[in-house]
Amino acid sequence: MADNSENKVTPASRQYPDPAKKLKHDVATTGHSWDGIEEYDNPMPRWWVWIFIITIIWSVGYWVAYPAWPGIKSSTAGLLGYSSRANVVQEINEFEARNEQFFVQLVDTDLEAISDNDELHRFAINAGASVFRAQCSQCHGSGGAGVQAAGYPNLLNDDWLWGGTMDDILTTVTWGIRNEDFADARWSEMPAFGRDGLLDDAEIDQVVHHVLSLSGSDHDAQLAAAGTELYEINCASCHGDGGEGDHFLGAPALNNQVWLYGGSFDAIRETIYYSRFGVMPGFENRLREAEIRAVAAYVHQLGGGQ
Amino acid sequence: MWDYLKLAVLGVVVVVAAIAASMARDLPYLVHMLVIMLAAAITFVWQIRRAGEPAPVTNPNEYMDGPIRFGVVATAFWGVIGFLVGVVIAFQLAWPELNFQWAQGYLNFGRLRPLHTSAVIFAFGGNALIATAFYVVQRTSASRLWGGGLAWFVFWGYQIFIVMAATGYVLGSTQGNEYAEPEWLTDLWLTIVWVAFLAVYMGTVINRREPHIYVANWFYIAFIVTVAMLHLVNNAAIPVSAFGSKSVPVWSGVQSAMIQWWYGHNAVGFFLTAGFLGMMYYFIPKQAERPVYSYKLSIMHFWALIFLYIWAGPHHLHYTALPDWAQTLGMTFSIMLWMPSWGGMINGLMTLSGAWDKLRTDPIIRMMVVAVGFYGMATFEGPMMSIKAVNSLSHYTDWTIGHVHSAALGWNGMITFGALYYLVPKLWQREGLYSLRLVSWHFWLATIGIVLYAASMWVTGIMEGLMWREVDAQGFLVNSFADTVAAKFPMYVVRGLGGTMFLLGAIIMCYNLWKTVTSTAEKQPARAAAVPAE
Repeated sequence: MADNSENKVTPASRQYPDPAKKLKHDVATTGHSWDGIEEYDNPMPRWWVWIFIITIIWSVGYWVAYPAWPGIKSSTAGLLGYSSRANVVQEINEFEARNEQFFVQLVDTDLEAISDNDELHRFAINAGASVFRAQCSQCHGSGGAGVQAAGYPNLLNDDWLWGGTMDDILTTVTWGIRNEDFADARWSEMPAFGRDGLLDDAEIDQVVHHVLSLSGSDHDAQLAAAGTELYEINCASCHGDGGEGDHFLGAPALNNQVWLYGGSFDAIRETIYYSRFGVMPGFENRLREAEIRAVAAYVHQLGGGQ
Repeated sequence: MWDYLKLAVLGVVVVVAAIAASMARDLPYLVHMLVIMLAAAITFVWQIRRAGEPAPVTNPNEYMDGPIRFGVVATAFWGVIGFLVGVVIAFQLAWPELNFQWAQGYLNFGRLRPLHTSAVIFAFGGNALIATAFYVVQRTSASRLWGGGLAWFVFWGYQIFIVMAATGYVLGSTQGNEYAEPEWLTDLWLTIVWVAFLAVYMGTVINRREPHIYVANWFYIAFIVTVAMLHLVNNAAIPVSAFGSKSVPVWSGVQSAMIQWWYGHNAVGFFLTAGFLGMMYYFIPKQAERPVYSYKLSIMHFWALIFLYIWAGPHHLHYTALPDWAQTLGMTFSIMLWMPSWGGMINGLMTLSGAWDKLRTDPIIRMMVVAVGFYGMATFEGPMMSIKAVNSLSHYTDWTIGHVHSAALGWNGMITFGALYYLVPKLWQREGLYSLRLVSWHFWLATIGIVLYAASMWVTGIMEGLMWREVDAQGFLVNSFADTVAAKFPMYVVRGLGGTMFLLGAIIMCYNLWKTVTSTAEKQPARAAAVPAE
């Protein structure tokens, strides 16, 4: 038979802890006991009371100094006239005032001439880098290396889809690529040769091998030769006979080892079969003109500017 | 008669739930209706099998410990689940590849994060609070739980709430309010359970045979009443359809944000602070076998805490669309809250005066002391982070995560572990725990785990706060967001390791408690001479 004393209601005749267990210097208790728990009648620690009072006094002082207690339509304003919104506006205005001359110059100076003015060029690259970190790095990477094989172009090399002059970059940033927001957005579209039945599977394999041969990659020479004519009919009008690409049409060069969606047989086959449709937003309405020009200058000097 | 009425009601619930399930407009609603149907059907069968049996004799001179035993098991079970999900999402942040493609939409970070927070706060913490509340209120009121089987309804009803909330999270049913994610159906069910909880608790207190109400009960009552109020106001919503899980919230814009953080902060204040202080006020004096340090302090800090906490919510919305005056009040009330919070720490720690030697010999007391220590640290850190100048650095960073976890793992976790180690031998009439060595292992694993967790989050939080605000002389941003994420990687790994240690400790605890119940001798009847006179 187990001892169930833990389970028994201890009645109102309460059990007090063994008096022998009490410490000699114990202060008085309040005289109550709950399930053997007693309470000392110790005063509140002085330091505790004082810090509590000081925090209350400090808070009252804070209420006098800052906006604090609400009324029907507004609140007490506080003696310091503090407003977090006004503070932000003021901070932004300070930087604006400091940078204004450069922003004006950036808009007024011919794009190609920005690099002639050392001070302005340094400012443009700094401002452009900041814009790039906030607006562009999500896709193109913090360092601008893009994500190869996922369709985010590398901006550090001189292999450009739509051209790498200052003007080209500015146009791309301003209007974006394949978006419905701007009529001026750069637009080109490769047909989906497999999905839309323009070429059959065997023909696509031949074209893939031909494309591989253009960049000197491993390929089946026989199939590549068989694909030559198909390539000339279907692809060369944009990508060029030798795969040199066309900046005006946004057609990537195929004669080098820079691949936007990967240069393996499978990746190229998928591109030809389904086509690709990379998009980029235009920043016309998101950034001011000076910022767009600054980010163009920044991207231009990353390594591949033409 | 009463039995037949119960059967009739249960039968109606089964049928209505089945019809509602067949008309469900979305998967979470369907699943929830099936859960309700299944729960009602099981209760129906259980009820019918015992129909006609004589009602079990309940001895009013015995405490009702059945639901508490179940509550202890549920606390340990949900604790391990909650910690495990926490470890998984910690590593998902370090290695995003762990958001597996095949589990997208179910087990990715976005779905698991609310599962983790609710599992630890409401499933682990909630079960711990309900179980200990039932234990403490009976002992300190010298009165059996009020309401007959109602306490069983509270326990099982709360588990159904947990299952509904958890399945809702994984299936994407959420109203998007942090810590109040469950949709209207789950909210309504919790309301019913919570009212029953309040009734059982207050009924027992009213029936008490002690002239005064013990301080632990003040805190438990404050916890139950305030959480009911917070829950009702913040979850005010209009269902889109009676057969769908989606609802439209009543509040919008900055009012919604304000009410959400009034709720969110007081979930911390009344669920994780007041409720657990109730736990602390019973189990520390019991385990230490010492009187509470100061009755006066307990009155003062109780009322100050209750009055001040409810104002502090706006400090979650510094530098947002919230008007400046509300931010000021949120910050100043948080500062004033510092000492009232520390009152509990002082009373907890000073109760040990005269029993400090037990720290060497009793790992359970050690756990409770560390819990109170972390409580004191977190309730200093909180007011500090509410200061606007500090908050402008700490807000949105991992510092907040570190703060929350030093409090949740250190304070709520450790005090709960201490209470469980105290309760299991008592509830199952054992001489003592299976192994104090294992308690020591648990203690050190958990403590070192918390330190790794909190320290790594402080470092990475302050680092990312500084990186975010870094601008050059011309006011241009220096770092991209991805740079700050990349910089945090090593600390994310350390955090995951800390969490893993904490989880391991909890698993060791479960083993130890299991062996205590199954492998230690039952307590022998005390000798007549030792039985206290009644």
